[in-house]
Amino acid sequence: MDFGFLTQPAFSGGGTYLDWVVSGVKWTLLVSLCAWVIAFTLGSVLGVMRTTKLAWLNGPATIYVELFRNVPLLVQMFIWYFVVPEIVPKALGGWMKQGMPMPEFWSAVLALGFYTASRVAEQVRSGIQSIPTGQTHAALATGLTMPQVYRHLLLPMGYRIVIPPLTSEFLTIFKNSSVALTIGVLELTAQARTISEYTFRTFEIFTLATVVYVLITMAVVVVMQLLERRVRVPGYIGTGK
Amino acid sequence: MAMIEFKNVSKWYGSFQVLKDCTTQVEKGEVIVVCGPSGSGKSTLIKCVNGLEPFQGGSLIVNDQSVGDKATNLPQLRAKIGMVFQNFELFPHMNVTANLNLAQVKVLGRSVEEATVKSQALLKRVGLTDHAQKFPGQLSGGQQQRVAIARALAMDPIAMLFDEPTSALDPEMINEVLDVMVELAQEGMTMMCVTHEMGFARKVAHRVIFMDRGEIVEDATKDEFFGTPRSERAQQFLSKILHH
Amino acid sequence: MFSNFDFDVIQRALPYLWQGMMTTLWLTLLAMVGGIVLGTLLALMRLSSIKAISVPAGLYVNLLRATPLILVIFWFYFLVPIAVKHISGDSYAQGIGPFYSALIAFTLFEAAYYCEIIRAGIQSVPAGQVNAGYALGLSYPQATRLVVLPQAFRNMVPILLTQGIILFQDTSLVYVVGLTDFMGAASKVAQRDGRLVEMYLFAAVIYFILCFLASYTVKRLQLRITPPR
Repeated sequence: MDFGFLTQPAFSGGGTYLDWVVSGVKWTLLVSLCAWVIAFTLGSVLGVMRTTKLAWLNGPATIYVELFRNVPLLVQMFIWYFVVPEIVPKALGGWMKQGMPMPEFWSAVLALGFYTASRVAEQVRSGIQSIPTGQTHAALATGLTMPQVYRHLLLPMGYRIVIPPLTSEFLTIFKNSSVALTIGVLELTAQARTISEYTFRTFEIFTLATVVYVLITMAVVVVMQLLERRVRVPGYIGTGK
Repeated sequence: MAMIEFKNVSKWYGSFQVLKDCTTQVEKGEVIVVCGPSGSGKSTLIKCVNGLEPFQGGSLIVNDQSVGDKATNLPQLRAKIGMVFQNFELFPHMNVTANLNLAQVKVLGRSVEEATVKSQALLKRVGLTDHAQKFPGQLSGGQQQRVAIARALAMDPIAMLFDEPTSALDPEMINEVLDVMVELAQEGMTMMCVTHEMGFARKVAHRVIFMDRGEIVEDATKDEFFGTPRSERAQQFLSKILHH
Repeated sequence: MFSNFDFDVIQRALPYLWQGMMTTLWLTLLAMVGGIVLGTLLALMRLSSIKAISVPAGLYVNLLRATPLILVIFWFYFLVPIAVKHISGDSYAQGIGPFYSALIAFTLFEAAYYCEIIRAGIQSVPAGQVNAGYALGLSYPQATRLVVLPQAFRNMVPILLTQGIILFQDTSLVYVVGLTDFMGAASKVAQRDGRLVEMYLFAAVIYFILCFLASYTVKRLQLRITPPR
């Protein structure tokens, strides 16, 4: 393997191929982290909605989850990018096609965020539901209202229980961000493919990209383990793994 | 007016009836023991008192408020009725003091300082002063249950409900919990206890309610119940749990 | 907003889309079977007490699970022709086409995920069961094949099928190497006729119906296998 080509001037753009790789990593991280903000926030709200017995909260959340997890991410990516601007009101659609900055980027963030939200919702729901009913009863018995029970008991315990599966969803979002290349986001995998086309150093550049993804994975795992240790409850054996 | 008054309370899970026309009452200062075989509906009965289990038929008046009434403010009512559970149900992510303080601060609106003073006094009373900063997972079952009793008492309840408070405990820890309960009873606390501890019933109960298959089969004074239970089912039950 | 929808375009494209769907289904089915077989092997390797066997299997699984599927597809699209030339010794060999290279990529990729499911399934069988097998005089392969795996697979069937549904959705990514699966067909028609809205919404509806029905069936099956408490 010879990585010398990385420092050579790139085919276009003035920088080196290494600059392309760095830019790819930057977009991978940007798409993933922005999408995670949506996925985590919306997913938490939806997950909580699914744990309530109120039909007007539970119903819409269930429909959302079923809709978004039963359509492939690639299809959702295309719908956000190609279809949404056509079916929203004309003025907005026109702006999305002409005026909106970085339409590929924002379509990718929305698609990945809304898709992952359905998966986060399921994790949050199962985490909350794994807390024994007796706990909720005990909290209610002291006179707390249901919103207070969520605030002081179900959410703090539920989130602790779902740290491992949420870690796995968080890892998945970095991997899934590569689907954004199908609508033209030049993230890491896209850059690797482009560089391989220009340099024919396919083996080297794919190896480099793979190593970067492995490093991202390792970094996320370490961060989440630190978080898990920080919020660990003394003497408590989780109902999650 | 009795403090707790059941009138023909009935409850169904689908087509299965778990409570059948239950009628009884608990006067202020009375200690009632509810017993019966498992699945007889005794836990369901006392969970109706603070509205943890909804019921479909009859009426239940607690402290002049109708529990089944939609207009009743359940959190307010529950704040006045303490409850102790079979599996302790302390909140695992909070230390002992935080467990005791939570509802005092969030429901009664006490300041954290005020609540902590109260909590310390109650922990002293149940003999757990040294454990104030520990987490539930670091305590034995008996200790956890005593914390749970202190947590309920911290709300200055007008009555206490006990749902099999000693069934999840190892035998050597049962007495430390029963001692606290006996002391409470002797101080005049109104108590409704689901328990199989007949020694406890003999010592402090005023009345014993025996349930079977969702019905109150026997509702008698302690002496009547242990002397000459009228129903055959109660006799059988007593002979099973008393003669090992 | 749907006033200028052209639903005829879908109807005209149906035979083509159907062909694409067959590709999707075959790819899903073959990769699933291959993934489960290879995944079982990997799981047994990972559970081996011999380091020389368990460590490489663990490395393989963790490497593939850290890599995006699209990158894996690119990897094999690039590597398979080289491997074919190498094996056949014919430097002018044409490779084996995008379908087979995609199939190999999906099989090897899914095997890593199936491995973890199967490993958990095997570990959920109580150790006493294996010991009981040994006590009857069974060898390790016999105890594994006759006692452990049947119980493990019985518990795992719903999760394996759910992973199959995820795989079915993931096969849409072969679009990136130009293979005409269902999504590939939809997208080719969409671009040829300039009917992106209709075709992509249609694709979404079809995927939704199939995946929803499949996951509903799996849920029913799961209830039958583990009766509710």
